[in-house]
Amino acid sequence: MTTPTAVALEDAKVAFQLGDGRVYTAVEKANLTVGEGEFVAIVGPTGCGKSTLLNVAAGLLKPAAGSVKIFDQPLAGLNRDAGYLFQADALFPWKTALDNVAIGLEVSGTPRSEALPRAQKWLTSVGLGAFANRYPHMLSGGQRKRVALAQVLIRDPKILLMDEPFGPLDAQTRQVMGNLLLDLWNADRKAVLFVTHDLEEAIALADRVVIMSAGPSSRIIGDWRVSLPRPRDIFEVRLDKEFHALHREIWSVLKDEVMKGYAQSTQAAEAV
Amino acid sequence: MSRVTLLALQVLVAVVCLALWQLLSTVPVFGKILLPPFFFSNPVDVFAQIVKWFSSGVIWKHLGITLTESILAFVIGSAGGVLIGFWFARQPLVAAVFDPYVKMVNALPRVVLAPIFALWLGLGIWSKVALGVTLVFFIVFFNVYQGVKEVSRTVLDNGRMLGMSERQLMQHVYWPSALSWMFSSLHTSVGFAVVGAVVGEYLGSAAGLGYLIQQAEGIFDVAGVFAGMFVLSAFVILIDFGVTLVERRLLVWRPTVDGRG
Repeated sequence: MTTPTAVALEDAKVAFQLGDGRVYTAVEKANLTVGEGEFVAIVGPTGCGKSTLLNVAAGLLKPAAGSVKIFDQPLAGLNRDAGYLFQADALFPWKTALDNVAIGLEVSGTPRSEALPRAQKWLTSVGLGAFANRYPHMLSGGQRKRVALAQVLIRDPKILLMDEPFGPLDAQTRQVMGNLLLDLWNADRKAVLFVTHDLEEAIALADRVVIMSAGPSSRIIGDWRVSLPRPRDIFEVRLDKEFHALHREIWSVLKDEVMKGYAQSTQAAEAV
Repeated sequence: MSRVTLLALQVLVAVVCLALWQLLSTVPVFGKILLPPFFFSNPVDVFAQIVKWFSSGVIWKHLGITLTESILAFVIGSAGGVLIGFWFARQPLVAAVFDPYVKMVNALPRVVLAPIFALWLGLGIWSKVALGVTLVFFIVFFNVYQGVKEVSRTVLDNGRMLGMSERQLMQHVYWPSALSWMFSSLHTSVGFAVVGAVVGEYLGSAAGLGYLIQQAEGIFDVAGVFAGMFVLSAFVILIDFGVTLVERRLLVWRPTVDGRG
């Protein structure tokens, strides 16, 4: 099966100049493709540079070497085809939920009178139709994520980049949000690059799971296809035999990296 | 504690203070009046003076002048502070070059500028407005500067990823952030606008609350000085109340408008 690629990182290397003049290599020679309509999850231990890789795909960071191609075109500047769901709160605190969603359309010149009803529709489809006039601080963490999801999706981006979007939420809310995401994604199957440290979440959501090694100079060390049938329900899929087999297989690789990452971070802490 | 009890206790404090003042300044204790009327007057005389001002209507002119000066100082100082604060925050080079001078001017006790302003601008309202402006400007300037610099990185990135141009980032991110910081210093800056006006009047003018107090002091009319102080306090409390109303309206999106909660 050869689907056209939405995102292609070729030998991408990401390095940062440290304060004392040394260079810190976060990611070494990463090769990663996301096909059109494909849901890819990146999993790795803390500090392995998975968010860094996502920022490269978004155009927020420039790779030190290698190339980034979006729909076979080299990426220059910000990735205009992508919507980005951040880990931290990224809503505009001075705008109501409705205005936060509508702004996604307004920046591209849609008149407000047209943007507002469409924003209301999106709020309804993420289950917040009755919360249009609330400001972000009046919403719960899960509700804010829903608004953020609507804010990104209303622009109808061809690619969705998600940086541990449900990380700060509690376990139940994460599962509910996961199902919501799958439902919305099923409707038009965008290309998704989803970063998480939660392997179960990755398998339950994605078509492919990519594993990164512990940083610094982390690499991609594994790529598994998840052939669980769709549409999936996150609660149910975790009981599936295939899910368990796959989880065991990937975890055997990931475990070592997690231990390595943990050892490095404690060493670094001792060195300080 | 219920609201009624609280209010009752608050009123009680005032009553006790005024009663003590009245007693100690009129009734001798061991043959000696503890608060000599020449220096302390007494509440009845002070109140009579206030009533006289209001019934004859003299006070309105002075209140009006002080209010005008305060408003002008606030508006001009805030506008300047917002514009320059914004400019400095967006142009780090400019900020770096001017940094020592900003610090120097801000370190100067503003009262010493009053004679110069009086010299330049005369004894009318503009010398007082200028003094108020120098006070208000720096508060607003530092707040807006901070507000623009401390815009959340994530919110900015989000704006960019949503496709905002620099101009749209200004409009939807930097500007609201800067304004919210300005509004959070609203009480302080309005207070300083009044301080600038009154101090300016006190040091040389022909009208205003500061002038009224200074005139009373000049003829050792202590009741007049106290009366002026009370009217001034009431005036500031009223303005502060207005500011609170405006703040509630403008900062609805803030988690804590009044610092509580």
